[in-house]
Amino acid sequence: MANKITINWDKIQDIIEHYNSNPENLLMIMQDITNLYNYVPPEAIPLLKKKLNVKESLIYSVATFYKTISLEPRGKHIIHVCTGTACHILGAVKIMDAYKEELNIKEGQTTEDGLFSLEGVRCIGCCASGPVITVDKEIHGGLDRSKALNILELYKRSSERGEVERG
Amino acid sequence: MIKLNSIESLQKFRDSITSTRTRQGKRLISLCAGSGCGAYGTSGVYDELMKELSLQGLQEQFEVKLTGCHGFCEKGPIMVIYPDGIFYSQLKKEHMAEIVEKTLKTGELVKARLFKVESTQKKVSLEEEIPFYNLQKRIVLGNNGVIEPTSIDDYIAVGGYTALEKALSKMTPQNILDEISKSKLRGRGGGGFPTGVKWKTCARFDGPRYIICNADEGDPGAYMDRSILEGNPHSVVEGMIIGALAIGSSQGYVYVRHEYPLAVKNLSLAIEKARDYGILGKHILGSRIDFDITISRGGGAFVCGESTALMASLEGKPGRPRAKYVHTVEKGYREGPTTLNNVETWANVPIIINNGADWYCSIGTENSKGTKIFSLVGKVINTGLVEVPMGTSLRTIIFDIGGGVPKNKKFKAVQTGGPSGGCIPEAHLDLGVDFDELSRVGSIMGSGGMIVMDQNTCMVEVARYFVEFLQDESCGQCNPCREGLKQMLDILTRICEGHGKKGDIELLEELGAMIEKFSLCGLGTSAPNPVLSTIRYFRDEYEAHIKDKKCPSGVCKPLFHYEIDKDTCTGCMLCAKKCPHEAITGIKKEPHILNQEKCIKCGICYDNCKFNAIFIK
Ligand SMILES: Cc1cc2nc3c(=O)[nH]c(=O)nc-3n(C[C@H](O)[C@H](O)[C@H](O)COP(=O)(O)O)c2cc1C
Ligand code: FES
Repeated sequence: MANKITINWDKIQDIIEHYNSNPENLLMIMQDITNLYNYVPPEAIPLLKKKLNVKESLIYSVATFYKTISLEPRGKHIIHVCTGTACHILGAVKIMDAYKEELNIKEGQTTEDGLFSLEGVRCIGCCASGPVITVDKEIHGGLDRSKALNILELYKRSSERGEVERG
Repeated sequence: MIKLNSIESLQKFRDSITSTRTRQGKRLISLCAGSGCGAYGTSGVYDELMKELSLQGLQEQFEVKLTGCHGFCEKGPIMVIYPDGIFYSQLKKEHMAEIVEKTLKTGELVKARLFKVESTQKKVSLEEEIPFYNLQKRIVLGNNGVIEPTSIDDYIAVGGYTALEKALSKMTPQNILDEISKSKLRGRGGGGFPTGVKWKTCARFDGPRYIICNADEGDPGAYMDRSILEGNPHSVVEGMIIGALAIGSSQGYVYVRHEYPLAVKNLSLAIEKARDYGILGKHILGSRIDFDITISRGGGAFVCGESTALMASLEGKPGRPRAKYVHTVEKGYREGPTTLNNVETWANVPIIINNGADWYCSIGTENSKGTKIFSLVGKVINTGLVEVPMGTSLRTIIFDIGGGVPKNKKFKAVQTGGPSGGCIPEAHLDLGVDFDELSRVGSIMGSGGMIVMDQNTCMVEVARYFVEFLQDESCGQCNPCREGLKQMLDILTRICEGHGKKGDIELLEELGAMIEKFSLCGLGTSAPNPVLSTIRYFRDEYEAHIKDKKCPSGVCKPLFHYEIDKDTCTGCMLCAKKCPHEAITGIKKEPHILNQEKCIKCGICYDNCKFNAIFIK
């Protein structure tokens, strides 16, 4: 599964303070935490509860209601395949199928090595260039099966190189 | 830092910008940096262009602007050179040296980068000669191509915030309310509710009143709100300030999708700049009016586009809608009277105030005034954002502006209104698009998504797709929507997998009628639309799936297979090379053979065959 993380409590405090500890901003606070770790570590929930002065149940209900929040660790790279209507008509299913096959996971899952999570997203507003995916924040449009797999290869290779450099 | 503390100081400031710019006499080069073009690599093109300009000593003569979306996203990155309007598309950084050397230095055109009109196969050099643009009326999107969204000065220079000046100096709140009512502006977010009525009702209730801009843009396949926020965020800010003056509000919110990072960035910057200049915040332009705007990012829930759900989400709760016995104009956000409008609606406000309601009413149809932006996508040649007067026919939009269906395929239907909308067949293509006409044929305007479908789109599968989407996005509070949609999805999935039964169509109709009538919010009441409209116009496709166990469009995998037509196949080997599963074999110049056992029906051979030798059976 995905790598274990160490939480930087100062950063989470900063985020909460940036939003003036206002409970109305709970969702955005969790989104910013997600920007740090690709998910909201459940260990952070007691702190949110205390700082925002809200019930734990509210935190869980917000975290599970919205798609952009995950309480489970996700991969190093997150592949979002757009499943919006425009992309669907242009063959998004084929792109999703290609990734499922190649990564050997279902939609919503993370690879064994923790490198990739595969998720669907309902439109990212680049409908004219469909089918579209994003990997992390990078947008790739005009895809077909082989182009989609090439992109995956690129990320695989760059992270292998990363490993080598570090090791 | 500049602080504009009166209307006069804003006017003086505008004059000084424009006169400096005229004196410098720089020619404008506009390079699209919207998300669409950005994905194709605008930033590399920009760097190279700047480098070439300075290498060739032209940097003093040209001003390069990274603008918002020009709308013609498919052809990106796009460059327009003013004042002539020379239009280059599909640019790469390698093209820059030649463009600078020829076009910018001597005016000579670079033929290879000119746009080719599909219908005439002729190359044209000017933006205005391109059918995609010259049939549009871009009053909301128009400035996207000429201003840098990150520059408030650019917006001011093209007449930005003049509507605010007028509203502050020459109009009472009642005048503004009357003008908006008279313009007959209707909400662009889906419902088409008269904006003037909404504002007037809200203004009647006491308490701290709130203004909200709905930028949740949930319709998957529509992105006009994104383009406005990315390309011209000040137009929305200005609209909201005018709304605040009219209604009497000191706090506004923009609820924007988390999936739109560039829109969030440009809008945040716009708000910050407006605050610095004294256009937002305390004592707007030295007046007694206070108004400020806060951004809130949504969390990727379709239902949060619905007004009451959106307000719950703004309050930091899960976005669950409530029944509207009491309207949000009376009790909305924090229980206060709240005016919620869509991005495009807000962007229309300054235009109306500037030009007057009479002028605005001269555009459009009897009951739908002004223009509407459509996102023309799917199986159409020129995809992108299209702004046309209300009442423009579907045929004009899809065939004249959009250039028709690619690869000589046959048009089947156009889906409008997103997941709450319907599919319109060829027989209704001459329909003038406005709020009323679309609902007459069983669809809706919605937020302006327009998805073109061709012979290879299966209408049953499309209906299944939408119901799956809505079922997934249903908040689950009310029974008809939660359970009803699940049942519809089960039936549709069954039909698509080849297990459809006699009576399924009637059952779908019955379920649809029930969900429509008894759901809690707009998500449920409109959810059966995609199913009912496809049954209405494409019943034969449902029957083919159920009775003949065939998917004539070649989408539902268990219900079709590909075959190679021996007489047409030239034996070019292309399909055999491209097949990822080695299911096609054959030798050069002889008809190929497709092994059905190995075929996974990915359609790569079908899409790539140049001779139409592969067919669906
Ligand atoms: C399920 C559902 C989703 C909606 N999504 C949006 C949306 O994404 N954007 C939007 O502007 N309006 C959306 N609406 C319509 C809003 O409820 C509301 O009518 C609109 O924002 C009002 O602004 P307008 O009068 O300017 O159109 C949605 C409605 C429903 C029922
Ligand atoms: S439908 Fe895929 S980006 Fe809009």
